[in-house]
Order: sequence, then C-alpha cells, then structure tokens
Amino acid sequence: MHKYIFKRILMMIPVVIGVSLLVFMVLKMTPGDPARVVAGSEADEATVAQIREELGLNKPVLQQYVDYMAGMLHGDMGNSYTTGKPVFSEILSRMPTTFILAFAGVLVAVLIGIPLGIISATKQYSILDNISTLLALTGVAMPNFWLGLMLILVFALQLGWLPSGGVTSWQGYILPAVTLGVGATANFMRTTRSSMLEVIRQDYIRTVRAKGANEKRVILRHALRNALIPVITVIGLQIGTLLGGAVVNETVFSLPGVGMLMINSINKKDEPVVLGCLITFAVVFSLVNLFVDILYAYIDPRIKSQYR
Amino acid sequence: MNNHNTLLDIQNLSVEFRTDDGVVKAVNDMSLQIERGKTLGLVGETGAGKTTTALSILRLIPDPPGVITGGSITLDGEDILAASKHQLEKMRGSLVSMIFQDPMTSLNPVLPVGEQIAEVYILHERINKQEAAKKAGEMLELVGIPASRGRDYPHQFSGGMKQRVVIAMALACNPKLLIADEPTTALDVTIQAQVLKLMKELKSKYDMSMLMITHDLGIVAEVCDEVSVMYAGRVVEHGTLEDIYEHTAHPYTEGLFHSIPNIDARAHRLIPIPGLMPDPTDLPPGCPFAPRCSYAVEECSKALPTRIQLSDTHSVSCILRQKEE
Amino acid sequence: MKDSTAAATMGKEQSKKRKRSQMTEIWRRMRRNRLAMFGLVIVSILIIVAIFANQIADYNTVAIKQNVVERLQGPSAEHWAGTDEFGRDIFARLVHGARISLLVGVVAVCIALVTGGILGAIAGYFGGTVDNVIMRIMDIFLSIPILLLAIMIVAALGSSMLNLMIAIGLASMPTFARIVRASVLSVKDQEFVEAARAIGAKNNHIILRHIMPNCLSPIIVQATLRVATAILSTASLSFISLGIQAPAPEWGAMLASGRAYIRDAPHIVIIPGLLIMITILSLNLLGDGLRDALDPKLKR
Repeated sequence: MHKYIFKRILMMIPVVIGVSLLVFMVLKMTPGDPARVVAGSEADEATVAQIREELGLNKPVLQQYVDYMAGMLHGDMGNSYTTGKPVFSEILSRMPTTFILAFAGVLVAVLIGIPLGIISATKQYSILDNISTLLALTGVAMPNFWLGLMLILVFALQLGWLPSGGVTSWQGYILPAVTLGVGATANFMRTTRSSMLEVIRQDYIRTVRAKGANEKRVILRHALRNALIPVITVIGLQIGTLLGGAVVNETVFSLPGVGMLMINSINKKDEPVVLGCLITFAVVFSLVNLFVDILYAYIDPRIKSQYR
Repeated sequence: MNNHNTLLDIQNLSVEFRTDDGVVKAVNDMSLQIERGKTLGLVGETGAGKTTTALSILRLIPDPPGVITGGSITLDGEDILAASKHQLEKMRGSLVSMIFQDPMTSLNPVLPVGEQIAEVYILHERINKQEAAKKAGEMLELVGIPASRGRDYPHQFSGGMKQRVVIAMALACNPKLLIADEPTTALDVTIQAQVLKLMKELKSKYDMSMLMITHDLGIVAEVCDEVSVMYAGRVVEHGTLEDIYEHTAHPYTEGLFHSIPNIDARAHRLIPIPGLMPDPTDLPPGCPFAPRCSYAVEECSKALPTRIQLSDTHSVSCILRQKEE
Repeated sequence: MKDSTAAATMGKEQSKKRKRSQMTEIWRRMRRNRLAMFGLVIVSILIIVAIFANQIADYNTVAIKQNVVERLQGPSAEHWAGTDEFGRDIFARLVHGARISLLVGVVAVCIALVTGGILGAIAGYFGGTVDNVIMRIMDIFLSIPILLLAIMIVAALGSSMLNLMIAIGLASMPTFARIVRASVLSVKDQEFVEAARAIGAKNNHIILRHIMPNCLSPIIVQATLRVATAILSTASLSFISLGIQAPAPEWGAMLASGRAYIRDAPHIVIIPGLLIMITILSLNLLGDGLRDALDPKLKR
C-alpha cells in the first residue's frame, strides 16, 4: 500500500508541474506590460524599465517560471500590484473560507446523493425513484449562482431565517454550502443509482443471495462497495467543479474566499494575485485527485495489485 | 411418486419472463425428482430452461421480469413456492447451494475469498468471526487451496482455483442438495477433469444429492445416476444412465448423441441437429421439437405428446413411442 | 461495426437506403422516449427563436433601448416578462440572449470537437510517443476544472465573445480527444480496418472513412451535453463579469445586473434563471435520449 501511495505521489509531480506551467504560460500571454501597470501611466520609460528589471520580467519566460516555483516553495509568490501585500499570505488567509465552503458542499452531496441513489436503485421505478430522478435532472440543470440567489430570496429576504452573505457566523455557510452541494448531490445520486443497478445484476450478487444473505446485507455489504468505485471517480471530478462553483458562489454570497480574491484581481489586472490563485486551485485539485486515487485502492483491491 | 426418499420434487413447474418484447415461456409444465444421495443430470441446449429451473429451486429468478406461474417445488419436505422471504434465506446456502457457470464473475471482487466463505457460516451458524474464518480456512484446504490464501482477492486466483473457492463456499454448511450449473464449462479441459473429480469426491463424502446442469453428455456419463433431457422448457426424456445411453427413446436425445465427436468411429459423420430452438415467445402448438425432427409426422405439430413410461425408470414424451405401444 | 465492411462492398444506392432505415429506427426509438422528445421540442423552439430574434423583437430599439420611465415593472400584457432596471423589456432581452447562448455554446463545442477530435484521432491512430505526449497534455487540461480553465483563458485574453468561445471550447477539448481516441483504439485493429489497410488505403482515408463513422454516436451525444455545459459556463462567466459585457442581453449577465433589485423586483432574477434551467434540462434530456436511441445496448 505504501508503495502504491508513493508511486501515486511521484506520478502527481509532472501533473503539478504541467498544470502550473500551463497556467503560467497562458497568463504571460496577457496583452499589456505589467511593469507599466505597476509603474502607473505617468511614469517615464526609465522607471518602467527599472521596475521590469526588479520584477524579473526581462528574463526568459521559462526562467521566470522556475524562479516563481522556487519562490512558491518558500512561501513567496510575489506581491500584489495593487495593494503591495505578499500574494502568499493573502491567499493563505482566504483559503479557509473556500475550503470550508467546498468541503461542506461535498459533505451535503455525499450525505444526500449516495443514500438517495441506493434507494432509487433498489426500488427502481418506484415513486421515490421517479421523484429523485426528476430532482436530480433539475439539480444538474440549475445554474448554481441562480439557485444561490433564489435561496437568498426565500430564506434571507422573505423568511429572514439565514444571513444573505458574509461569514460572521456558521449560519453564513449554510446557504452557500447547500447551493454548492445541489449540483453535486444530483450527480452523485445519478451515478450511484446507475452503478448500483449495474452491480446488482452481476453474478457475484446472485452468489451472495444464493448463500442466504438478506437484502440489506446484499446491498450494503456486497453491492455498495462495488458500486462506489465509479462514484468515487465522480466525486473526484465533482470536487473540481465544486472549486469552480465556489468561485462563483463566493461572489453570490459575498464570501471573502480565494475565488472572490481572484475575480477582483482579474478585474483589476493584478497579475501576480491571479496567477497565485489559479496555481493554488490547480495544485489543490491535483492533491484532491491524489487523495481520490488512494481511496480507490482501499476500496478496489484490483488497483493496488497493479502497483506491486 | 412422493416417497420419503425423494429430496427434491418439482411438479409441473412453469416460469415466464414478461418482457417488453413479449412473454418468454422459459419453463413449461416441467417435472423432475431427485432422490437422496443421487445425482441427476439436466441436459439440453443453451436456452432450454435449465438454469431457470435451477434458479426456481432457490427462488432466485430475477423478478421482474421472471414469474413462476404454476406448479410446485418440494425440497426436503418444504414447500419452496410458499416459503417466506426469511425461510428462503435460511434455506439458501444451508439446505441447498448453487455453483454458477462462470467462476470469473461469481465471486465479489472487493472482498478476500476467505471472508466470502466465512460469510456462509456467519449467516447460518451461530459462531463468531474468528471461528467462521477458521472454518473457512479448513474448507479451503478441503478443496485443495492453502488456508493462508483466504486473505487473497478473487483476481489473484486462476479460473479453476476460483471455481474451487465457489465449491468450498457452496459446501460450507453441508447442504443436502447441490445445484451445479455448468460448473466446468468456463474452464480448461484439464482443469475441468480436476474440478469434476473434486465435486464427485465431496459429494460422496457429504452424502449430498446433486443436480448437474450441463450440455456435455460426457460429464453426465461420468458423474450422474439419472438424466433428464430438456427441450424448450420441458423434460422430453428421463431415465437412468443406461436408459438414456443404451435405449435412447427421444429423437432429440438421439440428435444430441449424434452431435458429439466419437474417437472410436471417426469415419462416422457428425450429424448436427438442423435448425434452432423455437422462439420461446412463440412456441408451436404441438411438439416443440417437431420442426427440427427428422421423424416428425403430421400429428406432431397438432398436439403436445403425452408422457409415457417405457419402464420403471424410463419415460419419454414422443408421439412415435405412443404409436409403438 | 460490421456496417462499414458491408457498406464498402455494397452499391452506394443500397448503403444509402440502409442508412435511411437506420435513421428511421433511431427516430422510432427517440419518439418513444417522452422526456427526450420534450427536450427536442424545447431545443427546437429555442433555435427558431434564436434565428428569428430580430423579427420577434428588434435589437436596437427594444432589447437594449433604455426606457427609465418603465423600469422594474412586473410581467404584464405589454411586457410579458416585465422590465429590468433600465426599463428594457426582459422578454426581448431573453430572446436575444437565446441567440447569444446558443451561438457561444455551439461554436465552443465546435472548437472543442475539431481540436479535440483531431488530437484524439492522431493520438489513437499513431499510438506510442505521439499518443503519450498528446494525452498527457490533455490530462493536464483535464486536471483543471472547466470553469477555472475558462476563467484563466479569459483572464489572459480579455473578455470578449470570441475569447469566451475559445476559452470554453478549449476547456471541453480533452473530453472529445478522449472519446475519439478510445473509439479509434477500439476499431483500429478490427478486421475491416486491417482489410482497408491491406488494399492500400492511406492513413487519413482510413481515419475519415472507416474510423470516424464509428465514433459518431458518442460524439453526437457528448456534443449535445457539452452545449449545455458551455451555455452554463457562459452564464457563470458573465455572472462574474468575465463573459459577455453589458449592454448585450446575455442570460447570466442579466442575472448579475438584476441581483441588486432582487428584493423589489424578483422577476428580474427569477425568469432568466428559469430559462437557463429549462434550456440546460432540455439539452441534457435530448443528449440522454440520443444516447439511448443511438446505442440501444446501453439502455436498461
């Protein structure tokens, strides 16, 4: 098992390098001269050149990338063009908000989506199955930010039960987490249902029934674990979507997370902050996928033995 | 007919699958008996209803679309068709076990094999996990696998080894009836012989009855006491090994024998049975074999032939034999 | 799969006839699926509305013309969906919004299909190092969530409709690369391709004539579903002001500018959102239905 984890970590390194390089290169394509932005429009050419020198912008792009990544390992991601504050600490201080939001969203989705999928599959074509399939279809189709606005309209403005934004208390996370979780819930439910339907038709499930196991044991002990394998893939993918959704959701609920920071910085053309945020998201997503792969190996013994 | 020596008695069983494309009549008015300690071979082509019959005994026909529409199944004095869900769960795995055709897919891929065998004990005997694991190990040894391999997962075993595991699982609680559904079809020929030998040994050791489903008349000759030949959901001929092999009465059985290559008579041409089994959603009114039968006369396609006893042990459903009498 | 071998030997007339009967069979299966038909009808209506947007409501004089006197009115006979904060008719804006959404969605998917399809076909057909390099790059693309990737590209290129299409297109590219590659791999070594190669067919001929028709069904299905994703991404990006810019009536942008008035005039926010939802739902239902109709083996 340790060997498998180690190999998986090794395999992740080129992905992280590739992703960060891609982000770096694309952002370097941005038209306009960042040195000019820092210097301000009134500065003369000499000042701009000097700033360019200071920021290392006259070096080859690849060299800039290596310098950047080396700095990142030491917690240095440059300074914001607009506020002058270090990007690293800026991102770090906003990270918890985004994490709590994304985690709560996944939690909502896992706790509701998977059980609903199991029930739907075992009671195929029942009323409950039809209702949850319908809910899943609308859940997937609903634009996340719109759902957020609707929840604000009902629960914050009309009923006044929950705050419409900000994170002054834990209640502030309820609406954003639910908003974020709905799409994922629908996804998990559909995947669990179809994978469960697939699994319960397998020969080995018939074997378990032939042993005299009752329905509960058949489903929970034998079918579920096999059915979860594709669900875990979807959870991994969905966390990416959720991170993207968190960006939009932070805008809807005015949550001071990394996503909000990034969008504000894009509008202000604050390149180091945008770069920092994007690279952070990319690295976090790679880590999540690593975690998902390891989880995989725990559930499906066949994967582990490929790496012996 | 129903004496105390009969373990399994199926009378006039009918099973249908109600699908979108029509009603598939898989088993029609079919009867068979197995005596205690005896092995019955159930022979026929793919789609003849052999597996459906076997699954009916365990009441494991997928429902929907499968429905048992008539008849009775009595196993060791219990009325299977009237049994409650809970009673059935108690019977499966302890009174009657089944070995499925494809060992590759009949074990749960995410659990160690030892655990899967131990589960049978946990389900049917009041013992704890450690004891169950120990007994599972003994069972593995019995089928020729070191107990230590119980920790391994199915994908780490070969096909023949997996079938041994399945056999160990089926025999764990010492069932009175073992149903083996083409247990060697998916295996290599050399492995087939080993597995069959193992099954024969264990069968006599535990004094079980066995229902051996196969399309291989060679296997029947090797392990069975009696044979039922099935065609389009019906038993068309039944008898002892000798009755069937030496005094073949039904044209279909004869066709089956002609389809086997014979090393002693290589000059002898193989005569395959022409045509295909009738569409089970649209069975002909008369004898279902009539369209393919070279002896068929006009009456064959008019009414179902009745069953006639040729001797105490030998019966057949064919109009030709009726005329002879 | 045998289709191609058969079609090669058969006369063109005959193969045409066969294709037609295949189409009627697919259509027959589609028609039985009520949800898919619902999706098809809604999508057709949207396409018609998008094409005739100018006939339904003039862009300059209705859709973007401000009329402060009539601002924030609820739905009425005159303004079916009410008016927004500048007094513009919301219905007219939604009609023109459909045009933008569908255009961006379809063009983005075309970009994804062409780039991804070519890369996937090359990777699958040639294999080896080429395959490895292409697919690792696709993996890197895939390892960034679509919305973030699109945000990144828009951030670099600046926000315009064209850049938005490119961004969303490139973000969906790996999906198509994977589908095409997988289909190519699955048919590459089959007999009819070997046969074509044996009689001296060129590589690009084999890819276009023999392999592409075989991956058409998954591509059609994915393309339909991806248009939905693209429309949703467009709306999301516009909502966070990185997409279509005002005064263009993009659905997400309408929600963004309307949210300030959510308390007093909730219809500004409710109606465009519902429309997005119905659009996405219809496209998804259509895509699922197509999948079932094109590949009956998968249906259960």
